[in-house]
Parts: sequence; C-alpha cells; structure tokens
Amino acid sequence: MRLSVNGGEHVLDTPVGTSLAHVLREELGLTGTKIACNEGHCGACTVQVDGVPRLSCITLAHAVDGDVTTIEGLREHPLVEAFVRADAVQCGYCTPGQVVSAAALVAANPQPTREEIRHAMAGNICRCGTYPKIEEAILSWQG
Amino acid sequence: MARLIRTEKEVEGRFEEVWIVVEEDPLEQWPAGPLAVVGRPAPRKDGPERIRGEARYTADIKLPGMLHAAVLRSPHAHAKVGRIDLAPALALPGVRAAIGPGEANGLEEEAGFAGAPVAAVAADSFAQARAAVEAIEVDWEELEVVLDPDAAVERELLTDEPRRSERGDVERALVEADVVVEATYRTQTVLHNSLETHQAVCEWLGDTLHVYISTQFIWGIRQEIAETLGLPEDKIRVVCEFMGGGFGSKNSPDEYTYVAAELAKRTGRPVRCALTRREEHTSAGNRNATIQRLRAGARSDGTIVALAGEFTNSVGWSGWSAPTEGPMRMLYACDNVRTVTYGAQLNTPPMKAFRAPGFAEGTFGLECLIDDLAARLDVDPLELRRRNYADSNEGTPFSSKNLEECYRLAEKHWERRHEVRAGSDAVWKRGVGMASQIWYGGGGPPSYAWVRLGSHGRATVITAMQDIGTGTRTAMAQIAAEELGLPLEHVEVVLGDSDRGPYASISAGSSTTPSMGPAVRAAAADTRRQVIEIAAQRYHLEERVLDIRDGMVVSADGNLSAPVEEVVGLLEEAQILGKGARGPNPTGMSVLTFGVHVVEVAVDVETGEVRVERVAAIHDVGRIVNPLGASSQVEGGVIQGIGHTLSEARLLDPETGRVLTTSLDAYRMPTIADVPEIACEFVDRPDEHLTNLGSKGLGEPPIVPVAAAIANAIRDATGAEVHELPISREEMLRALREADARAREKEKRGAPAAV
Repeated sequence: MRLSVNGGEHVLDTPVGTSLAHVLREELGLTGTKIACNEGHCGACTVQVDGVPRLSCITLAHAVDGDVTTIEGLREHPLVEAFVRADAVQCGYCTPGQVVSAAALVAANPQPTREEIRHAMAGNICRCGTYPKIEEAILSWQG
Repeated sequence: MARLIRTEKEVEGRFEEVWIVVEEDPLEQWPAGPLAVVGRPAPRKDGPERIRGEARYTADIKLPGMLHAAVLRSPHAHAKVGRIDLAPALALPGVRAAIGPGEANGLEEEAGFAGAPVAAVAADSFAQARAAVEAIEVDWEELEVVLDPDAAVERELLTDEPRRSERGDVERALVEADVVVEATYRTQTVLHNSLETHQAVCEWLGDTLHVYISTQFIWGIRQEIAETLGLPEDKIRVVCEFMGGGFGSKNSPDEYTYVAAELAKRTGRPVRCALTRREEHTSAGNRNATIQRLRAGARSDGTIVALAGEFTNSVGWSGWSAPTEGPMRMLYACDNVRTVTYGAQLNTPPMKAFRAPGFAEGTFGLECLIDDLAARLDVDPLELRRRNYADSNEGTPFSSKNLEECYRLAEKHWERRHEVRAGSDAVWKRGVGMASQIWYGGGGPPSYAWVRLGSHGRATVITAMQDIGTGTRTAMAQIAAEELGLPLEHVEVVLGDSDRGPYASISAGSSTTPSMGPAVRAAAADTRRQVIEIAAQRYHLEERVLDIRDGMVVSADGNLSAPVEEVVGLLEEAQILGKGARGPNPTGMSVLTFGVHVVEVAVDVETGEVRVERVAAIHDVGRIVNPLGASSQVEGGVIQGIGHTLSEARLLDPETGRVLTTSLDAYRMPTIADVPEIACEFVDRPDEHLTNLGSKGLGEPPIVPVAAAIANAIRDATGAEVHELPISREEMLRALREADARAREKEKRGAPAAV
C-alpha cells in the first residue's frame, strides 16, 4: 500500500481493514492525530485528504486516494499561533483535530463569519468547552 | 521550621481530620489587583505543544514490547460467575496471558452492574485481545436487579449511612410561614466523557512498577496501588505529563490499572489497558441521578423561615453519596433547615465525582424552588436572594465572601430582562433567570514545590503535580515569576512524574491553584531570598535594600541594577534550590467560593426547543492568577452545564439495566453550534485569611448554577416550571401544558390569569 502523508511517500504492508488513524499513529508514529471515540462521532482524529477534512478513525487506509495532511503537517500554520493567543486549548486532546478542521475551513474561506465557523467546526467535540476561544482563534487567524 | 498541626482537610465537600507537617515561611499576601505577572492574562505555556500535537498523553505512550489488554465485562446488571474458562482465550493467536475474577483488583465474581469488569486478556494487539475476551466462556447465575432508587431506600439498600442535618424547628416554622412552596426535582445521570478514555500503561523494571496513567492525582494513584498490591510506595513511579480531561472521574487507579499491572507481571512485558468509548459509557463512572423533595416557607416580607429537603442520590453499584443537600444548608440565612440524604445502591454503573458533585444537582432544585417562592411572594428574585443573605456558614464565619458584590455586578445583566422579554413573539418566548453559586474550593496542605534558579537566570518550578488541562503550568509559572521578579518567559514548570518532584495535591475539588500556588510562591520566595543574600555579599549592600524586578537585582537607591544572571552566574553551572510548602487553611473559618449566573433563553412554545442565548457568569474565587485561563475555565463550566441541562442523559434499559446510550451520537454533548454568548466577570479580591496567595479554585463553580438559571429563565419566558433534567422537548412541552392548565384553572376560579 502506498500512502502520501504531509508530502512524504510511504510504502506500507498494512492489513486490509486497518483504519487510517491506526496507520498514522501506530505505523508512522504520527501521534498528533488523536483517537477519542474510534467510531466517527467526535472529530478528534480529523485529518485532511486533498484538503478536505476526513475522520481518519473510520477511513480505511487502503481506500485513501489522495494526499493526507495531519496536524504534523500543519505545525507552522498561523492557526497554531492563533489558538495559543486565544487560549483555544484546555486538555488539548481534541485540539489537533480542531486545527486540522479549521485549516481546511480557512483554506477554502479565509474570512469565515461566526456562523460559517460554527457550521464547519460542529463536528469537532471539545469536552472542556473551549468553543468560544476556538471561534475567536479562527476569526483572528491572520493576526 | 517544620510544625505538626491537626487540621481539617476538604475535597469536594468531604472532610477529614488529618495530622500534617507544615514548613511554611509566612509571607505577606501581595496587594490586590494585577501585579507584574500575576493577575495579567497569559497564554498557556504548554499551548504550542498541545495544539501542535506534540504533547505526549498516556494514549501516546508506546513502550518496546508493549502488549494490549482488553477487559471482559458483565452483560448482566447483577450476576455471579458460576464457571469461567479462560482456556479458549489463551488458545487464540497473539494472546500472552489471561486473568479472571480475584486475579486483579477490580475483577470480581459478583458483577453489580452491566459493564462490571470480570476478566482480562493481554495480547500482541488490541484487536487480538478483544477477540480473545469474546472467547472466554462464562456461566452466569443471574441475581435480582434493583434499579429504582426509591425502592432501594425503602429496602435500606444504601451505599452510605443516611446523612441528616437539622437546625431550628422546621415543622413549626412551616406552620407559621405565610407562604409555603413544595416541589420535587429530578436530575439525570450524566457522563464525564473525557476525550482521552481511562487508561494506564504498566511496566515492571526489577521490583519497581512504572505506571503511566491518565489521572488527576499522581500521588493518590501511587498510594492506592501501594496499599492494594502491598508494595512500598517508593517502588511505584507514576507518570502523567499530559492528560485528556478527567472532570472528577480520574482520581483513582481502578481495574484498568490493576489489570495492566498484573498482566505486565505475568508476561514480563509492558501492558496497556485502555477503555474504549463504549466502555467509558458503561464502566468509567458518572454523575449520579438525584431525586430532591423540597419545601420552603417564607414570611410575606420575603424572609425565608424554613427549608426542608429529602434527597436521594442514585449512587449505583459503588461510589459515594455526594452532598446534594449542601446548597440548601449553606446558601441562605435560614434559622430552620432540615435535610436528609440517602445514597441508593443500585445495579447501575458507579458514581464518580463530576465537577461539583452534589452541588450542581442540589443547586438546580434549591434555586428553582427559590424562584417559585419569589413568584408566590411577588418579590423580585434578585431581591429575595439579597434579603436572605447568609453571613456565616451555619455559624462558622467565612474566610471571605463577596456574593453581594457578585449580585451588584449582576444587576446590569438582570436589568436586561425587560428588553429580552420584549423580544418575544408568538412562537419564541424570551426570558431571563438567575441562580446563585456556593461551593468549596479552598484547597489545603500538604503540597510542596521546589524552584531551581540556574546561572543563566532562568527558573524551573518542580513539583510532581498534574496539569489536567486547566492551565496549571501557566498559573504556577506566573506565581513563581511574580515572586522571583522574573519575566514569565524565564520560568518553566516541570510536573507529571512522582520521581521528579515533591508531593503535590489532587487536581479535583477546585483545589489545584489554592493548594499548589502557595507552595510554589513559598519555594520561589526561598530562592529569591538566596539570590538577595548572594547579591548583598557580592555588592556589599544590606539585604533589606535589595529587590529583584524584571530580571534585575536592584538597590533601593537605584545605584545597583545587575541582571539576575550576573548574580547567579557566580555559581558558574550550579543552581540555587528553593523549597516551599503549603500552609494550613485558617482555623475556625469556612473557605467557600461564590457566584451568580444570569441567563437569557428563548423557548419555542410549539416544539419545546430551548435555546440559551446569553450567560453572564460572575464569580468570587479570591485572587485571579490568570484572567485569560480563568475565563476559559468559566466558559468550559458553563458549556458543560448547558449540556447537562438540555441535552445530556445516560439512559438505561429499564428492564435489564444495560446502558442504551453507549456512543457519542446517542449521548449528546454540546458542540460549538450550541454555545451562547458568555460574559465572564470576577470579583478578584484576595481572601485575606487564605494562604500567602488568597486564591480559591475555579474549576467547579461555573457549572453549579447553570441548570437552575436556565430553568428560571424558562419560567420567566413562559411561566412553565420545569422539574427535571435534562429539559428535553418532552419535559418542556409537559411544563408548558401544566402552566397552561394552571392559568385556565385560575381563570375559572375568577382570579386574574397569570401574565
């Protein structure tokens, strides 16, 4: 199996039926992608495939047909600094997934309104309740 | 100097008398208000690591040769293992060991709830362990299932002795009252749902057990494992550098830790035991449901003369009976108060502390009842609360109480109600409600910290505490930076490892900042003193004229201004080490937190949909160390509170006792789309009697008044009285119909209809 992740090509001997999240975390050591429900309900495992947010815990690795971007590929994105400034992080377990979703949003729509942010981010659960700060971070991501 | 004292220790409303050694050097509190670093907003020091996905959680720990464990859980709410055969599991590929009832703490023959741990397997992969667990053969003897809390109380199936309190003569006061109100309130079972599930990785190195665990209490884990396994405490190392949420559910080791430790021992390899999300919903603890049968009596001038409550906590198979009666006993001045609290033992999953256990539930009942009373007396709800202001906690003076100031700050939000109501139309009714908050949060000793200052002029706070996501690292760095006179960027915090720092407090009961902050300040002061001593000798000046500000050692006359690193540099590569301890809480005083929320809601009277549109949250928790982090705590508490009030409910099959809501699509937590405008304010006055810092905790207070304030806003908007959480559309429509019938009844009797 071939997998393109954050601009690097990987040839892997992964059993059919393995989730993309499992491959990223266990085989490639990319533990920034978190698994919190492992059934596609919470958004913690969000990655991008060709720029589109995808729940990696319910995506079969063999079915991936594009370039995967994980939080490790977005570490220099201005959103990271915006999240820090706005205090859009508490326990931080959902946060990489939040940043990946937000990066897809601002790539498609650099100046989203509050409503657009709420629509795009509603699939990423944060149990600590950092939502107001996430909204703030995305509104001010360009500094 | 070390002093041995006898003191009262409180965590989440549970008190115990303990001997403690305090080595505190008394320090004057800093003046109130923002200082150089403390009291000013600071982004989290560990923000970049967490946000960039670099922070290593227990879930990310991967040790060489690590095996994965899975747990067999009871499908029955109450049953006994007749025969169990592990052999079919052991025969499967990848399986390295299997254990049954009695072979690890927590694995038991009698399963008291559906989801109780019974047996466990370690295998090369988690999938193999899961498959093996399914292969274990068990013959179950099913036992009687008790699910009804009232029946359990009647049959005296209780987890705790009934808790009774009484002051004055309640029955007489009720007879003499001008107005008496009475209502029954019910709250539901809710799940913590920390995004990182409960888990541990255990590894034996020689005779030392290394435990990597997602926990709120490193030292409690160490002590409990030592006691259970009969090991000396220093043969256990507990590590938790980052953890993905706990909210009260991660204070103890539990079966997954003991399973990992035992399987690691048997296999000679490290073992991970991590709960799945579905196990998290059946077996990892919950906020228990309650039934609250309440009465209140008042004179026509608004003086509350009697409060009476019978509380039933549906504790479940295990857990403890939380102080649901606390708000009734403590929030108002009232001469006649009687409460009784039962903890019903049921064949349901266990209770675990959840953000202000008891008080979040009890405040819903009490503060709804107070608004009921206000309506009957035709007194403004804010005015009624002020008229019954408590000046002591059942006779014990408060170390500080600024609830009146909270009420004053609430006025501008409360005054919006006329305008808000005017925004109603035929379908959407709008209104404003309030509720007060009382809770513990004073923290306590013992807690210790070290502060190390290197020759480069940078300091490290070292203490074996945990940062559960509340911004602890940042708050502790701010306190040390303030005392040392260093910029915040020059202070780091090392925590999360029992082998790398002194004993530190639990992060529960809103105690982290009030317990740890004073110890960190004391350690920083010890370090600072040593720097001044060295500088005095080096520059031939008296110590009393020297100070450290902004990273510079300065003299009072301004002639000396030397960078700290120039002074500490005299040590070459060596370091100064300061030590600090947390002193005792003030004797004979109640240390409590206070607040008030004012909530605006809109109710669709046709569908029963409730939308929270605005929350003003005002809290009095002493000195605020980091206003930015504090506002995040408040927003988080409010949002969890909205979930508890409107959408979250763990449902059981009423016949079998099995959890029906095992996934996050069935159990509905708030998303970003459910969040209202949240305005957050603090009184920010140091508690002059509490430690060298004057700070109380803030984790729990913001969840306490949310449900009652929402329910009271619904009453204001529609006249409907909700009595049950969650306020589902069904409950909302029931309350609307009831209000309608009440209004018609009144009309029929000739009285003017309620407006």
